[in-house]
Amino acid sequence: MVKRVLAIVFILIIGLWMAKALDQVPFGEDRMLVGKYYLDHVKEETGAVNAVTAVVVNYRGFDTLGEVTVLFIASTGVAALLWKKRKERSAKTEGSVVLTTGARILLPFIMLFGAYIFIHGHLTPGGGFPGGATIATAFLFLYLTFTLYEVDHKIFEPLEGLAGIGYVTVGLIGLAVGGYFLFDWIWQTWGVGKENIGRLISAGFIPIIYTLIGIKVGTELTGIIDNMIKEPEEGGQ
Amino acid sequence: MNPYYFASIALILIGFYAILAKRNVLKMLVGLSIMETGVNLLLISVGYVSGKSAPILTEGITPNNAVDPIPQALVLTAIVIGVATTAMALSVVINLYEKYKTLNVEEIRRLRG
Repeated sequence: MVKRVLAIVFILIIGLWMAKALDQVPFGEDRMLVGKYYLDHVKEETGAVNAVTAVVVNYRGFDTLGEVTVLFIASTGVAALLWKKRKERSAKTEGSVVLTTGARILLPFIMLFGAYIFIHGHLTPGGGFPGGATIATAFLFLYLTFTLYEVDHKIFEPLEGLAGIGYVTVGLIGLAVGGYFLFDWIWQTWGVGKENIGRLISAGFIPIIYTLIGIKVGTELTGIIDNMIKEPEEGGQ
Repeated sequence: MNPYYFASIALILIGFYAILAKRNVLKMLVGLSIMETGVNLLLISVGYVSGKSAPILTEGITPNNAVDPIPQALVLTAIVIGVATTAMALSVVINLYEKYKTLNVEEIRRLRG
């Protein structure tokens, strides 16, 4: 009881302090400095219409590379923490016919929508991470619906690694062509799609990198689900 | 006080309270996730410019009526990192339960010694 009261008092002090600090930051006011530059130059410098994905992939590509690395380390860490021999599914309840049939019908739609999100990252809201999460949702659906379902590990883990290698390779080609890592060689050197900004074939390497990121995120989150849904055979029940 | 700032501070504080006062490890993790949500909401609301729309420059949206794209890019990164840390922490919790058969932090501390 004393502990909770102390915690509440402590938290209220922190809250007052944060509120005082945030009073200095007026809400809804234009205080863009670099953001203004990004918005003004995003079309001719990257060819993307969606300024957020242009910032994430093109202007601040190192952030995204680090983010993908964090996700990869998390996926590897979950696998290392939960690695046991002879794995078996923990919950083995059969779903109803409505559930399995509904999953069969919905599955291609979820997959298609996920692919749509990451391919059109430079035109519409979304990008590699939401699209990859949507694809992982489709696999989560399969795992929760069918008790015997398991992804093909011989295809899945190499695909994850290849997508990551592809991202770094695109960056290294930029280093060779333009002089720095993650240089947008498709847009700035080749000039592919200069005249159709706002259509699918534009925006340099953003669609390519987002497709790779989408594949990588989808496979990684599916791997995390796959590791978490299993338990060792003898320790169960 | 602005409602967005208020809500984000409230979310951060609720999450912090859960971390301080709860004894179940899973509830502490829920608190951590609530805190992450609060921080992300705060970042997004700092980047808002009143009366302007999303920074996707199609059909009548010029650079002059779009909001700041940088906080949105930052939050995109922060969300993914939050998901990654939550997944790691959850697998640690699974291991804790398999080893100690309890999720109460005080009992786990006692069992170790």
